[in-house]
Amino acid sequence: MPFALTADRERELTDILTRYPTRMAACIPLLHLCQDQHGFVSDEVIAFVSQRLDLPTAHVKGVVTFYTLFNTEPVGQHQVWVCRTLPCALRGSGDVIAQCEKKLGIHVGQTTKDGKVTLRTAECLASCGTAPMMQVDRDYHENLTPERVDQILTKLQQ
Amino acid sequence: MISRCNHLTKIYGKPNGWSLDVYERECAGYQTARRVLTTMTAAQAVDEAKKANIRGRGGAGFPMGVKWSFMRPHPTKPAYLVINADEGEPGTHKDRTIMEENPHSAIEGCIIGAYAIGAHVAYIYVRDELHLSKARLWGAIKEARAKGYLGKNAFGGNYAIEVYVHTGAGAYICGEETSLLNSLEGRRGEPRFKPPFPAQTGAFGCPTTVNNLETIAIVPTAFAMGCDKFSALSTLHDMKDGGCRLFGVNGHVNKPQVIELGVGVTLRELIYDIGGGVTGGKGILGVIPGGSSTPILTPDEKVHAPDEKSPMHKWHGQLVLDVPLGVDTMRGVGTMLGTCCVTVLAEGTCPVLAMQNLMAFYHHESCGQCTPCREGSAWLDWTLQKILDGKASMEELNNLSDIANNIMGNTICAFGEGTAMPALGFLQKFRPYFEQYVRGERTRKDATLTPR
Repeated sequence: MPFALTADRERELTDILTRYPTRMAACIPLLHLCQDQHGFVSDEVIAFVSQRLDLPTAHVKGVVTFYTLFNTEPVGQHQVWVCRTLPCALRGSGDVIAQCEKKLGIHVGQTTKDGKVTLRTAECLASCGTAPMMQVDRDYHENLTPERVDQILTKLQQ
Repeated sequence: MISRCNHLTKIYGKPNGWSLDVYERECAGYQTARRVLTTMTAAQAVDEAKKANIRGRGGAGFPMGVKWSFMRPHPTKPAYLVINADEGEPGTHKDRTIMEENPHSAIEGCIIGAYAIGAHVAYIYVRDELHLSKARLWGAIKEARAKGYLGKNAFGGNYAIEVYVHTGAGAYICGEETSLLNSLEGRRGEPRFKPPFPAQTGAFGCPTTVNNLETIAIVPTAFAMGCDKFSALSTLHDMKDGGCRLFGVNGHVNKPQVIELGVGVTLRELIYDIGGGVTGGKGILGVIPGGSSTPILTPDEKVHAPDEKSPMHKWHGQLVLDVPLGVDTMRGVGTMLGTCCVTVLAEGTCPVLAMQNLMAFYHHESCGQCTPCREGSAWLDWTLQKILDGKASMEELNNLSDIANNIMGNTICAFGEGTAMPALGFLQKFRPYFEQYVRGERTRKDATLTPR
């Protein structure tokens, strides 16, 4: 089935297009809008974006595959990103990752069987002064302790 | 020397500190932009900005005022101001605090900057993960527009300024300015050849200035104070490294944080007086002075500048930890100031694992455009994993320096140097550790980043 944006998101797209001198510049913002709605960037989404912005499909696909945050496969309802880069690693992000894997029963890169949580590691999320940290969907959780990680994950699993 | 100030951080942590109301009340918000737009010409604003000696806060340390002066009016093309808030250099955690806690300073800075370079549109490129930062910036833009500080007739005059937030989608390379411009245009974030430089051909093929977010956010303070006076807040004012800036301290310290200080503080002061010393009272294995691309320093390194004409001569023989942190002083001790956020590694940390952690980062983030960087970063990562697993030969260890040296200077952008320089730093300064793994005297069990 062809992809279409909700009316609210259509209005947002109209607003986005006013910001730039070219339609191409709306490519990444529009892909975000589509992913917010659809959960991942499917072939239908790529066709939709290329048609709306008058871009070749190959261009849109090239953009999608370049950026880490565009999911090309379906993902869990919640996204857990644990920062693994050095400043967080110096403050125990290795333990946080191990705790997440144990509690969720999956490895990094996988989604829980019930489709609720996808666990991934992230490269530096600019939170080195409050390390270790993890991002859950849109929220940062900083200065993590094992208790805090447990609480956050328990809430997600409910 | 520690000289505390609170120009940007004054309203950090205050209730609704990010609102226009608080910014106007506590920071005399937007009065400076109003004065610049209504009483100065663009050329005067650029001349004034040069006096502030603001060295770019994004890592390269290029003088901001000089960069502004490269902009020449084009007969047919508009100019753009683009703000780099793609903060992602490992160890860097300062721009996010400004966007979350004092977003109006960035918007006011954009107004002054755009006016000075002749731009009517500014884009703030924020990495997508920073959802709160984006929301705060959009909120600030909305408030400023409602008051008439942005829009067709900013401050009631006839100069139009719009500011927009644009987001990436998780690519460290988009912090490189030409890659950022490609990303802004809706392309893959692959860096462009320079020249042409952005001031000639930048965003959408038009003259563009790219400034770091902290750089632009401090502009209202510098203009309010008078740029000469602002520059003198720094003890390195004579080296044209002026003003105050945000310093970060993270890693193995008791009080990791972001703090605003006059330029001229030393690493020792940052680690012990600001950071509360090394965790567990341990010694220092090494210090990464300003983000992972800056080569690591060890506590026993001394400044070697016997030539009296050298600008570093006055610190000759002193430990590098006691040299004031500045763009040129850090270059003078063989590393870089970078983003001014210091990562401390305590004694007992495994430097081989630390290097592998960073090389895994560069391996993941290389955009893949240039072969030496794409392949080299992968080889560095994989070879280090082999070394840690005790499966590498001495020849493979020796290969690491060759790989790094073959990345240097052979890539379109500075990501290559950003990978190779820290790699060479670790290899030169911690060679015995690497050899111990190869000889089987150390194993994965010794490889810790969190020494007890």
